[in-house]
Amino acid sequence: MSDALPPSEHRYGRRGFLLLVAGGASSLLWAGPVSSFLSPLTSAGSQLVGNLFPVGGWRIYTISGSMPIFDPSSWRLEIGGLVKRPRTLTYDELTALPQAEQTSTFHCVTGWTVKNVHWAGVRFQQLFDLVQPLPSATAVNFVSLERPYEDSLTLQQLRLPDAMLALKLDHQPLSRPHGSPARVILPEMYGYKGVKWLTKMEFVAKQPLGYWEQHGYDQNAWVGRSNGYSS
Amino acid sequence: MHWVHASAFFVLFGSGLCLYLPSLAQLVGRRPLLKDIHVYTALAWLAALALVILAGDRRRLLADAREIDVFDDDDLGWLRRRGNPQGRFNAGQKINTIVTAALAFLFALTGFFLWYGERNHAFRLQNALVVHDWLMYISFFLVLGHLYLSLVNPSTRHSLSGITRGWVREDWALKHHAKWARALLARED
Repeated sequence: MSDALPPSEHRYGRRGFLLLVAGGASSLLWAGPVSSFLSPLTSAGSQLVGNLFPVGGWRIYTISGSMPIFDPSSWRLEIGGLVKRPRTLTYDELTALPQAEQTSTFHCVTGWTVKNVHWAGVRFQQLFDLVQPLPSATAVNFVSLERPYEDSLTLQQLRLPDAMLALKLDHQPLSRPHGSPARVILPEMYGYKGVKWLTKMEFVAKQPLGYWEQHGYDQNAWVGRSNGYSS
Repeated sequence: MHWVHASAFFVLFGSGLCLYLPSLAQLVGRRPLLKDIHVYTALAWLAALALVILAGDRRRLLADAREIDVFDDDDLGWLRRRGNPQGRFNAGQKINTIVTAALAFLFALTGFFLWYGERNHAFRLQNALVVHDWLMYISFFLVLGHLYLSLVNPSTRHSLSGITRGWVREDWALKHHAKWARALLARED
């Protein structure tokens, strides 16, 4: 294939292939910023077709293969462990607590990001006041209806100003893919810390390893500073 | 080579979409199973490509690769819609093959980073997912155009016979791949 060619013939094929491969491989360095730059455009395009495409949007992950179904009549949030007053809250009791709102960026550890997400829900301090953690409690273990998904955050992390037990996403009650009726939100950490389809909060003395942490992920999933990322 | 790519593409595209689109992910569920199907199909695709190269007719493959590599003045003229006579592959088919080969390489590369990055965080590249997604969009439209020309467009769809049955009509070959057809007929004379 290395024979000399007559002047009327050109080896454009291999050149084209190598250029495409080089361009494509180099995009591993620049695709992120370009994608962020284009996202207002692509998100608008996605909304035109009924949010069918997750361009600049969400991707839904499950570990069990099926998403739990929220039944308002039977769903309860059990809050216990190292607390003075264990409580079991219904959905109505949870929504009757003072509600907070925030707009924050959601980061997934797999590399995608959703900006300007509007959340509404309950600050964890409200729940702390309700159940009164014992001095020995240092963390909360969150248990999902999707078994065996669990994860934990320290009380200090849960007191960060934008940590929230979210009940609404973009002004609508959480949908099933987004963890209805309640999920944990801590924008400073990757999404796997935000347990969806929450059913139980247990105050503990020692922070246990969560589902993904047992698979090698970092317990403190700070965005850009954990799981192999460094900013 | 063609059918290895074609069959792997549709399985990978289907399982990939179920992993990628929230609406489909919600409908189908079973994410761990789909992820396994996606990853193992990718491995089977690469293994099948290696098998075709190792156990197949390498001389024929090399001749095809050379033909696709070289663009002559007729190819460049044909791309400018001047109707120049074409060889066994027309310039459009050559470009499609080159782009498909590059996409295949980049899919495998980014797919490797996505898969291995989950196991070893040193291989986790933040942009690998975005690039894998872009490749999906590009290849989707490329395959759509390929299917239109091979199944729908009246003047080109007879080419399907070439890839399924191994032959095309003489009059069609003389019109669309004149240089190749004339050379074949000259050899028969």
